[in-house]
Amino acid sequence: MKGLSKDRLWSVAVLLPSVLLIAVFVYGFIARSVYVSMTDWGNDPAQALALDPVIRFIGLANYQDLFTGFLQGRFRQELVSTVFFTAFFILGCLGLGLGLALILDRNPRGEGLWRTIFLFPMSLSFIVTGTIWRWMLQPGGGVNQAPTLFGGQPSTFPWLSSTEAIWKFDWNKLPLLTASVVAVVLIVVAVRALRAGDRRRTLVAALCAALLLGWALFVAPNLKLLPAPEPHGFNLALIGIIIAAVWQMSGYTMALYLAGLRGIPEELREAAKVDGAGDLGMYRHVIFPLLAPISLSAMIVLGHISLKIFDLVYAMSGPDNINTSVPALNMYLTSFRQNQFALGAAIGTILLILVAFVIVPYLASQFRGEEGHA
Amino acid sequence: MTTTLPSHTAPAAAPRKPLRPGRVLMYALLVLAALFFLIPVYLLFATALKSPDAIAEATTWHWPSVLNWGSFRDAWAKIGGNVLNSVFLAVVATLFSALLGSLNGYALSKWKFRGANTLFALMLFGMFIPYQAVLIPLFQFIKSLGLYGSIWGLILAHVVYGLPITTLIFRNFYADVPDALIEAATIDGAGFWQIYGKVIFPISIPGFVVVIIWQFTQVWNEFLFAATLTNTNSQPVTYALSQLAGGQAVSWNLPMAGAILAALPTLLVYILLGRYFVRGLLAGSVKG
Repeated sequence: MKGLSKDRLWSVAVLLPSVLLIAVFVYGFIARSVYVSMTDWGNDPAQALALDPVIRFIGLANYQDLFTGFLQGRFRQELVSTVFFTAFFILGCLGLGLGLALILDRNPRGEGLWRTIFLFPMSLSFIVTGTIWRWMLQPGGGVNQAPTLFGGQPSTFPWLSSTEAIWKFDWNKLPLLTASVVAVVLIVVAVRALRAGDRRRTLVAALCAALLLGWALFVAPNLKLLPAPEPHGFNLALIGIIIAAVWQMSGYTMALYLAGLRGIPEELREAAKVDGAGDLGMYRHVIFPLLAPISLSAMIVLGHISLKIFDLVYAMSGPDNINTSVPALNMYLTSFRQNQFALGAAIGTILLILVAFVIVPYLASQFRGEEGHA
Repeated sequence: MTTTLPSHTAPAAAPRKPLRPGRVLMYALLVLAALFFLIPVYLLFATALKSPDAIAEATTWHWPSVLNWGSFRDAWAKIGGNVLNSVFLAVVATLFSALLGSLNGYALSKWKFRGANTLFALMLFGMFIPYQAVLIPLFQFIKSLGLYGSIWGLILAHVVYGLPITTLIFRNFYADVPDALIEAATIDGAGFWQIYGKVIFPISIPGFVVVIIWQFTQVWNEFLFAATLTNTNSQPVTYALSQLAGGQAVSWNLPMAGAILAALPTLLVYILLGRYFVRGLLAGSVKG
């Protein structure tokens, strides 16, 4: 079936509309967003919704404003919140999902029913989940009233309105912190490369680490992003939203892990038993290593969901609660409520970059192997 | 990755052993976990069925003494039109994306050309992007087509951004169809469309079920496009529910009843066709 047969032309013709649509709606629109993010469209409210607005190119000024501008503290808090949210959301989903899958793998009675119960929140929208949990987490609501069921006093924790934050750090120290973390990672890479006997990689990694550390020690302390210290941390009001998100999505990790567990051949377990492995030993040395790739897949899928999440927050604590807000929500409000399109586009672009860090290596690794014999 | 959860590999169905402590612990943990997942459902129904004046903080957990089904009538009066919008939106958008996805999957898996995988990976990226990164140009584009505020603009957005996942599911589904079948058909003189119509399409029903369930759920549950591309006349139920629940003075039986109305269609699909739902779910993590 070589050459340009009629059938091949048809297959191209069938794909063409979709490819064009994706090219425009994904890549074209991304390019357009990036361009808009470098203009001043909407920074002057009078021009925002004008039929023929005056738009000027202003380079990276919007980005600079987001990271260092006096008025954009909300965005910086949101970035920090996203990191904490993502970490706890992924940990929660992986932990609960794995636990449930391990239990279900032991063939309890009524397995199908249990599975249905653990998975049903997946079929709801974040808006529905958010509405339900918003009610449960009201100051005098279901969760805070729960102790009274056992004769206790109602709790008074302000689930969605707490303004308390823990693990605070000064935004001014962000360059220092980032450089230190990257340097530590590079040192680990260097040590590993040394052990593996890869001299070039050892050298490059060690050199980069040294440069970063030097920068962190001598340059970064004098670098001030903002005139005054600006503390950001993990806001306790996020805890409720994380619980609701885990409630909704841990069934997904359960399904993934269960599929993985059921895919482990029985002979492998038998063999481990013959070799004298106990239950614990078998999990540690046979089953968990086999589940590692699933954990990675799940982390990537959950990670990108978490970076984009905003409808859950919108439904749970409303659009105007700065303590629980996330960049994805801010983008929507900035663009479509305040009509600051350029600033909104800049936030959208930053989100895209964050997600791309997670997704591009993943897609590349999934498809690199195949392309060779296409 | 289109494998389902193999159900029940019960080891040789031995006669039930007496409960050992390990099994007791296992069931205790299962019940505990089930409580975590079901308590919100209990509170949801308990609140939806209370009359507004029976909703008080101290009696949050009580089952209503008098069932007030009127909440559903009132909620329907407020968001019923939006539910119907969602039905139309989800059905039309799902059918278009399923058809396109099936053709794409067929072309990509059975008529492979050089670079097909790279092209496909580039398409898939569209599934993962945060839509905030394309929202402003999308909004402008829909407006320039004159589709802002019409449900067709929303349908267009859902069909386009649904293409990656529907193509992915069908591509993986057709990958399991033996190439020999296609070759035999070509030798018999069948072309691209005859093979699709006579060989591929008839065996695609399970693929269509997975894709339709998946897309229907996604489109029904979506919020960002709904909030950006529509106006009062065309808003789907997710947006209407967020408005219903966002107000301060509303008594809580109303948003709870609204949440049930908004959740019912996808929940029914899941309960009736859960197996296919899980397949779509697993396909979302690309491949195995």
